[in-house]
Amino acid sequence: MTQTFQEEAVHAPAHGSPADSKREWRKYFSFSTDHKVIGIQYLVTSFIFYLVGGFLATLVRTELATPQSDFVSPDLYNGLFTVHATVMIFLWIVPAATGAFGNYLIPLLIGTRDMAFPKLNAVAFWLIPPGGILLMSSFFFGAPGSGWTSYPPLSLIYNKIGEVIWILSVLILGTSSILGAVNFIVTILMMRAPGMTLNRMPLFCWSMLAASCLILIGTPVLAGALILLSFDLLIGTAFFNPTGGGDPVVYQHMFWFYSHPAVYIMILPVFGLISEILPVHSRKPIFGYKAIAYSSFAISFLGLIVWAHHMFTSGTPPWLRMFFMINTMIIAVPTGIKVFSWLATIWGGKLRLNSAMLFAMGFISMFVIGGISGVMVASVPFDIHVHDTYFIVAHLHYVLFGGSVFGLYAGIYHWFPKMSGRMMNETLGKVHFILTLVGFNLCFLPMHKLGLEGMNRRVAEYDPKFATLNLVVSIGAYILAVSTFPFLFNVVWSIFKGEKAPSNPWGGLTFEWQTFSPPPHENFSIDPVLLIEPYEYGTEEAKEIIKAGPFLATTVGAKV
Amino acid sequence: MQGSAIDSPTVVNYQVDVDHAHHGHPDHRVMGVIVFLIAEAMIFLGLFTAYLTFRAVSPTWPPEGTPELELLLPGVNTIILISSSFVIHNADVAIKKNDVKGLRTWFGITAVMGAVFLVGQIYEYFHLEFGLTTNLFASTFYVLTGFHGLHVLFGLVLILGVLWRSRKLNHYSNTSHFGVEAAEIYWHFVDVVWIVLFILLYLLK
Repeated sequence: MTQTFQEEAVHAPAHGSPADSKREWRKYFSFSTDHKVIGIQYLVTSFIFYLVGGFLATLVRTELATPQSDFVSPDLYNGLFTVHATVMIFLWIVPAATGAFGNYLIPLLIGTRDMAFPKLNAVAFWLIPPGGILLMSSFFFGAPGSGWTSYPPLSLIYNKIGEVIWILSVLILGTSSILGAVNFIVTILMMRAPGMTLNRMPLFCWSMLAASCLILIGTPVLAGALILLSFDLLIGTAFFNPTGGGDPVVYQHMFWFYSHPAVYIMILPVFGLISEILPVHSRKPIFGYKAIAYSSFAISFLGLIVWAHHMFTSGTPPWLRMFFMINTMIIAVPTGIKVFSWLATIWGGKLRLNSAMLFAMGFISMFVIGGISGVMVASVPFDIHVHDTYFIVAHLHYVLFGGSVFGLYAGIYHWFPKMSGRMMNETLGKVHFILTLVGFNLCFLPMHKLGLEGMNRRVAEYDPKFATLNLVVSIGAYILAVSTFPFLFNVVWSIFKGEKAPSNPWGGLTFEWQTFSPPPHENFSIDPVLLIEPYEYGTEEAKEIIKAGPFLATTVGAKV
Repeated sequence: MQGSAIDSPTVVNYQVDVDHAHHGHPDHRVMGVIVFLIAEAMIFLGLFTAYLTFRAVSPTWPPEGTPELELLLPGVNTIILISSSFVIHNADVAIKKNDVKGLRTWFGITAVMGAVFLVGQIYEYFHLEFGLTTNLFASTFYVLTGFHGLHVLFGLVLILGVLWRSRKLNHYSNTSHFGVEAAEIYWHFVDVVWIVLFILLYLLK
């Protein structure tokens, strides 16, 4: 069901001669400075790494389908879960949420022609493939096996070459992320269309601004920790090595000072995507614009002062644990503000249950489960019980998969017509959604119980009493793996054979829907001016804007 | 919805009224440099905090047997680096008056001062009685000063780059001198980091 709001089907003008459009695909393999090309480069690259990370996860779950360690060697198993986590975090969710959607959408949403620093933007993207390939190459030298956290002293003695490769790769990816953040901050602050004050810009920009601040503040500290760790590994200093007088807990502090905010780097942009998608498909103004916008910054600020809740069992003194426990629980407040605002947005709306909306609603429900288990593990006595068990694995996947990945899928379904100029197949989209939802819950819900009963994470062998539930989990994982096929088929088929997308298939009010699908080079032929706030659905002005078609890209609209 | 009233009969007409001439890409590079330096500052802040934590959790600091640090050479070095910040500022003043010769002179002096600082630091490295892996204090000392030294080196490369480009008299002008500003901001940053570093490593007992 594709509801189109326009009669006319205007399409992007041909870029030059037909020979040019034949060579169109080449720009995606070039050092392009067009933010839309870079956004799609990020999205495709990170999705490929998502498939790689998913393949590693499938191997992990195959090993864990039975209690014995019988599928891969325990050494390889350590490498599998370490690289799985690193790929999913640094090569899929971070680049997809910030790099892909940030680059593609921000200039369109704020009505400008490109990012503030287009070349820097291209540099930031082209650091990703070498970083990713480097990380994957570690399997040839003994993969890093001390978990994605790489805690010393284990990381100082186990598979050293793999560990060095891991450090180098994360440093490269972190640099890319910082360069991207500089670009986002300057672009959002300096290049908004006339009339678009901070309080009138689309909510995705707010959440990207908050996430970019976290990248800017957090990532360098991780880099510092990794530099010290590599000195320990390569030169034999003893920063984190207790035998030489060093302190491994300092590494944990520095690591989590980045890696806890990283959780918000991965979820805040997705919050932004959801805030864009829900009002469009509910045909209602967003509920609580300022509450949603400012709570992004509340989350960022609080996110910087909760890191030690990962370290309740690392000898953190009780008064400090209390401090971090309370801060962590307070984060539930701004997050709850967002969730209730979203619910109020869809409440009583004319909901269109298409794939984008289904994934957005799936996001809310799954993320809330992850959020609630998050409050549970924030409490010290409970966390001491479940620390390093499958309860944590369940919690983090509900937040990262049920949250970020569902939201990213919603974003892809929502903006695919804009990016490609073609509609996606809704039936396949719904099949994809149902398979993902069922597979996801089958995979991660039983993990809560496993964790409460004491099954440790990061183990290849476990007590046979956990066998049944683990088999269920593995079956869920296979369903998840299968669920990507309808999606991939849908994308490839739609790009070539999909119904041509009009400029504004969903009747959206933000600037990107007022230009062609896909937008021409430099996005707009006139500089947009913000006339009404981005979520005023149902007003006369909104109807007029939606009726006017891609007027920002043509002057034809003047005749209307 | 306040402020969103539309006076023109249709949205579209209003849009066409404000059709701007196509202007060039706006230049926000100075702001970009400043935002990037926040990230740089965070690396140093992370390393400083690590150093302070090591101090705090060690029973004796510096660990027993660590020789006292000589203050004369690093003291002179500090004075050179701080003064160079004032010197490089004169270059900025000069280029704003379109005085390219003045820019070249002041940048030249800054480059020499920066080079003297680096040579002084290398000289100090060779005459210290402890090495990189001697103990925790020695390791943090070398990593912190070395990491800062690399930044000084990079700042020096920026300054030499500006000098090289300014050999064409019209490359920088009072209206267009991003390179000069970027090198200057970076140099001030490196200077401030050194002041903190000097206090932490040499003066704090």
